[in-house]
Amino acid sequence: MPVDSIVTEHIAACAHCGEPVAVRGPHPPEAEHYCCSGCETAHAVIRSCGLDRYYALLREDAPTDARSRGTGRAYAEFDDPMFRSLHIKRGGGGVCWMDLFLSGVHCAACVWLVERLPRVVPGVLEARLDLRRAMVRVVWRDDQTRPSAIAAALDRLGYAPHPARDGAARAARKQDDRAALIRIAVAGACASNVMLFALAMYAGLFDTMDPRHAGFFRWMSMGGTLVSLLWPGRVFFRSALAAIRARALHLDIPIALALFAGGVWSVFTTIRGHGEIYFDTVSVLVFALLVGRFIQARQQRWSGDAVELLFSLTPTSARRVSPEGVLDVPIESIAPGDILEVRAGDSIPADGEIVEGTTDLDEALLTGESRPVAACPGTSVSAGSTNLSGMIRVRVRATGEATRVGRLMRLVEEGARRRAPIVAFADKASGWFTAGMLALAAITLIAWLFIDPMHAVDHAVALLVVTCPCALGLATPLTLSVALGRAARRDILIKGGDAVERLATPGVIFLDKTGTVTLGSLHVRRWAGDQAARAVAAALASGSAHPAARAIAAFGPRDPRLVAADLRETTGGGVSGRVRGEPVVIGSGRFARSLGLDFSADMQAAEASLIADGLTPIAIAVGGRVVALAGLGDAVRPDARDAINSLRRLGWRVEMLSGDHPSIVAGIAAEVGIDPALARGGLSPEDKLAAVRFAAARERTVMVGDGVNDAAALAAAGVGIAVHGGAEASLATADIYLNRPGLTPIVELVLGSRRTMGVIRRNLAASVAYNATAGALAVLGLVTPIIAAIVMPLSSLTVLFVSFRSRSFGERP
Amino acid sequence: MSVLYIVIPLAVIFAGVAVGAFIWATRQGQFDDVDTPKHRAIQDDD
Repeated sequence: MPVDSIVTEHIAACAHCGEPVAVRGPHPPEAEHYCCSGCETAHAVIRSCGLDRYYALLREDAPTDARSRGTGRAYAEFDDPMFRSLHIKRGGGGVCWMDLFLSGVHCAACVWLVERLPRVVPGVLEARLDLRRAMVRVVWRDDQTRPSAIAAALDRLGYAPHPARDGAARAARKQDDRAALIRIAVAGACASNVMLFALAMYAGLFDTMDPRHAGFFRWMSMGGTLVSLLWPGRVFFRSALAAIRARALHLDIPIALALFAGGVWSVFTTIRGHGEIYFDTVSVLVFALLVGRFIQARQQRWSGDAVELLFSLTPTSARRVSPEGVLDVPIESIAPGDILEVRAGDSIPADGEIVEGTTDLDEALLTGESRPVAACPGTSVSAGSTNLSGMIRVRVRATGEATRVGRLMRLVEEGARRRAPIVAFADKASGWFTAGMLALAAITLIAWLFIDPMHAVDHAVALLVVTCPCALGLATPLTLSVALGRAARRDILIKGGDAVERLATPGVIFLDKTGTVTLGSLHVRRWAGDQAARAVAAALASGSAHPAARAIAAFGPRDPRLVAADLRETTGGGVSGRVRGEPVVIGSGRFARSLGLDFSADMQAAEASLIADGLTPIAIAVGGRVVALAGLGDAVRPDARDAINSLRRLGWRVEMLSGDHPSIVAGIAAEVGIDPALARGGLSPEDKLAAVRFAAARERTVMVGDGVNDAAALAAAGVGIAVHGGAEASLATADIYLNRPGLTPIVELVLGSRRTMGVIRRNLAASVAYNATAGALAVLGLVTPIIAAIVMPLSSLTVLFVSFRSRSFGERP
Repeated sequence: MSVLYIVIPLAVIFAGVAVGAFIWATRQGQFDDVDTPKHRAIQDDD
């Protein structure tokens, strides 16, 4: 059998994604090469539809990421009636539309290609891509094409589509955004026009102005200000009233007071015909406050959107076995008693019992146990586990809410409810602020009634206007939103500003083990025996998708001249084949023994020592003799030790919580430098939750985790951080999501939070100092409308400047 | 100076029209996605 033919080889670029491909054999130089079948399909589709321009656009753009590849699925579940009712909207005249989240869109060329979808699929009327949200809205004629054809076409172009969830919430947010923009526009137009009138009047103070004109200008400013207060400015009054009714403190109370006092007194003096007016200051205040709030809301929305997209990536279909065959159906339509087929590599969509097939399961998401578990007919399986090796059929026992994951999620919601909301400093201060403003205004009024009764109310109103805590209200949200934006650019997605506040002072940080401190997948940790067998083993292992085989293939070294032939895989056992004509076997010790291979005493001793160290031994046999053993285990993330040390230097106590066996947990703890006494193993999700609750009641508690088994603990902790590659549930409940592998982002996060809180404190001090000074001047009767109009925006500008200048999170290196 | 009584209300009406146009554009969804159109504009080849 010609397995070891010498082949000529050179490196070419994949015609679709540009990644290097090793090309064997003689070849014409103009031939195109592909790194995988996905790229070949995408290239063929793009070519056949005359969309070659994509590649030219791509070169102009020079993106850094590799182009994405499709999955080659048929997307039959998109045609299911249940899917239609959930995700597809119907317009008039047989026109339908749906929103799909696309993985892999990142540049202008992607926009171009996706929006040419009508050329690829006849019947599609329009495809509009929103690049920031990676969301495409496809409109098609229902009688000319099917949703599955559209999804499959997008997939073949290299963008795997996922139905977008939470359409109602997204639509509501869009409406909120539009309403906020309209409010800003109206407030801005009113403020600028009132300012123009005010300028004319200030100029008129120095010349002599016809009193009739002055009166006209006053009435015009009053009109603009009333529009601004009654339309966009209404939000402050409404929120202040709500806070008063709920007997809560809110910064909108003193703000509404200042706007109300300034507005009402100015209307009174305008009607009376003489006295001071503050229309310009009041309308500019409304505008500035609305802009500040918009910036803040938009920032939090971006982080929220990014997390939501990651959400949509989780599988939404299952393969149901029915008399007509195996069909892809949406996950929502499966019911207890159904038989589902789960292929190797897929995650199990519901709780149930295996009725057919044997396999290995990865239950790390649920239990934290990193080693695969063998499963055979009769074994109970839980939704969220991953099927690793063989095809199985599962009889469904429970779906959705009723599954173990569903019950865990209820614990999660409860954990989130129990957490006391953090009251922002500005809101806490608002009570004192309001009381101080009113007291000072009363003193000013009474004192001036004795000195100069004509201007007593003028001075009191001036005081209320200039002590409006506008800068105070902007300081915290602006600084936080700048910090959130910078963090997002460093792939740290923070859902809310309160997490930053909580991370600024040290406490205890709990790390999950599997997938957080460790990589969460199998790696070759030790190789016992013949080193030369590594390349042979890698060549054979590269033909299998089992995690153990993938670990050995990755361990390498890969020798392109070694090609495996006669590959045979035995579920739950191993892989056998031929390399260079010699029979090679990779598999468990049991598998090797069952084949009657020569297992020397040395090798058996090595196997025992690997097991003793908590590693899974895999035997490698060449020519009928076991020549080497690979010890597989979960590997510690390369940056874990340094990151944990840095956290400790910053004053945090680092502990580990894991569902894995205590001896494995202790080993990993020692490796990364955590005191083994602070590393607890064998914990159920409920135990983790209890540990976090216990700590959270006493001190600042941060939980870092990735799996469903961490989700409840993430919600209960003061700050929950989900790490890269985590499960959907942990994304939903965590306050922060790290979109970059490793633990280093946590250190950046803690440092950045600390700096951000420093900036906030400086800003608060500056605005309080400003208000105190302005208040003192007003008591002395030195504040005229023109001074209020100049100093008021100045304080907000100072806060703005400090917020944007601050280096809360450094730029990406 | 009585021209002011005509010119200023006229200016305010203009401003009102501009704000009205902005509100209309916002309700049409013109500002929902401000990132993608810039890529679209230079690429329209058909």
